[in-house]
Amino acid sequence: MSQSKQPLLKLENVKKYYPIRGGLLRRIQGYVKAVENVSLDVFAGESIGIVGESGCGKSTLGRTILGLEEATGGAIFFRGEEISRLPERQRKKWKKEMQMVFQDPYASLNPRQRIGHALEEAFVIHTNMTKAEREERVLQLLQEVGLRPEHYDRYPHEFSGGQRQRIGIARAIALNPSLVICDEAVSALDVSVQAQIIKLLKDIQEKHELTYLFISHDLGVVRHFCNRVLVMYLGHAVELAPSRELYANPLHPYTKALLSAIPRPKPGVKRERIRLEGDLPNPANPPKGCPFHTRCPVATERCKQERPEWKEAASSHFVACHEVK
Amino acid sequence: MAETLLRVENLVTTFSTTEGKVSAVRGVSFSVRKGETLCIVGESGCGKSITSLSIMRLLPNNGTIESGSIEFAGRDLVKLSKEELRRIRGNEISMIFQEPMTALNPVFTVGYQLREPLMLHQKLSKREAHERSIELLKQVGIPFPEKRMKQYPHELSGGMRQRVMIAMALACHPSLLIADEPTTALDVTIQAQILDLINELKQKLNMAVILITHDMGVVAEMADRVMVMYAGEKVEEGDVESIFANPRHPYTKGLLKSVPSVDDEEYSLEPIPGTLPSLHERIDGCRFHPRCPFATDQCRTAPPPEKTISASHSVRCWLEEGAHSHEPVQAATS
Repeated sequence: MSQSKQPLLKLENVKKYYPIRGGLLRRIQGYVKAVENVSLDVFAGESIGIVGESGCGKSTLGRTILGLEEATGGAIFFRGEEISRLPERQRKKWKKEMQMVFQDPYASLNPRQRIGHALEEAFVIHTNMTKAEREERVLQLLQEVGLRPEHYDRYPHEFSGGQRQRIGIARAIALNPSLVICDEAVSALDVSVQAQIIKLLKDIQEKHELTYLFISHDLGVVRHFCNRVLVMYLGHAVELAPSRELYANPLHPYTKALLSAIPRPKPGVKRERIRLEGDLPNPANPPKGCPFHTRCPVATERCKQERPEWKEAASSHFVACHEVK
Repeated sequence: MAETLLRVENLVTTFSTTEGKVSAVRGVSFSVRKGETLCIVGESGCGKSITSLSIMRLLPNNGTIESGSIEFAGRDLVKLSKEELRRIRGNEISMIFQEPMTALNPVFTVGYQLREPLMLHQKLSKREAHERSIELLKQVGIPFPEKRMKQYPHELSGGMRQRVMIAMALACHPSLLIADEPTTALDVTIQAQILDLINELKQKLNMAVILITHDMGVVAEMADRVMVMYAGEKVEEGDVESIFANPRHPYTKGLLKSVPSVDDEEYSLEPIPGTLPSLHERIDGCRFHPRCPFATDQCRTAPPPEKTISASHSVRCWLEEGAHSHEPVQAATS
């Protein structure tokens, strides 16, 4: 992991609230706090995994970084420049630096547009290439992600799920971005194809020196893919640590429960499973104090009242929990 | 050894499509004993769901069971009339689906939907059914069951809906429960709750379970026996220990190696090259040969016979016939 002085991406207390409107005048009656005070430094060349259950705000965080959602509070710095408040026009130069690979590539492709033309579009918007140059570049891209030149003229429905995800990746790396956010990029794929795509993403990272934010609920994939992992719960960051450290020595009770809940492909091995009772609380009405206290097996009185601080419990291992000393 | 509850022989299920007739299940045979969990594993499109829908005779309109028999407790389900089937479904065999939101009726309350099978199959009065439903909801670990009875499916969370589905499936104490990817749409902590619940109830009610999944972790946790399917065919079947410790089919090995491990950092992923064939594709010989690293000419021309490895383990692969060296596979596993 490169520890350059300046992080490529720096998040400072990023918040994203969605208003809940109701009543006759559609007044704002409250907020769904999708992301609450998340801070994170992302250094060039690393892969950071963001994990958590559905509704924990991991996707919203990814979209907020890209500017697809406007941050409600906090600041986002990219190469040292604050980007969350920039007007659309000035954002454009950063847009090609940051790209996203979505979970369902079929939904993100225009069904009536040929793949070649869809991929070309980025060059039309961001560069001054001629038609011929663009076409050559697209063919190059297709080859890079393991597709064939004849795929240029095909439509999205003619591809399998794995191939569509390859197209999604080709689109994301078209403009040589430095940061790629993968939002559940391999979750919808069958395991045999999933492994292929993971390999492809890794190869591309090496070749283009990419930095990944890898949003996933699959802790196995994340361990395999990422250097560091951020665990989120109900919009809050609860733990951040290097992968090895997090999987070997999880500190937060939620991380422990999450890791123990994964079924392991080893028959006959009975594990001590930490059973979490109940469901995720409603994010529009989050519990007071520590967001996890309602389901936490070690919660105390203090956890119900006081929100735990984000602290460095061990070297580069951050956690937000009262019970971790 | 417990007696056989369900025996499927040479099941062939086809679909008529605009491009002609395609076979989704191609001559699959297996059996399930009382109180046993059989996991059917495979990737999307391998025919695992269609196999289970065939057992329930719930195929879509364009699907038919072309040949084969499905013997359940002495009756051939393929030959039963609609009325006879209706008495079995939800009563002796019930099913849990992947997406509980689409499987539950959105315009009826949870209570209404829970009472229905009880009143229909067990001839309970409305009041009796109501009380029994509340008991069932308690059994699957739903807090405030009285309140839930009056709620509609959309008012419940995903895990809660799946519990309602399970409660409904168990209402009449079926002897066979078919669960089609029951936890795929759920988060891991909820998945753990649901799997524990199915196991617990299975033991309590001595129920046989057919669990369909693509998650090898879930298989290891739940299965007594495993059947691996690929492109409409059974490629390997065995007790869970043999399948994980001594997989014989290259596809089973590939599946096991494609799952990133949570516990092992140095684990190297080995993807299976290529993609699943579509149902329309014509493949001669072994259906896996285009993706198989060990395919020989024999694999390309003739379908492999089923070979017994041990009493509880069988595989369909030419490599097992001894004609070919097994070396590269062994080297890769060690």
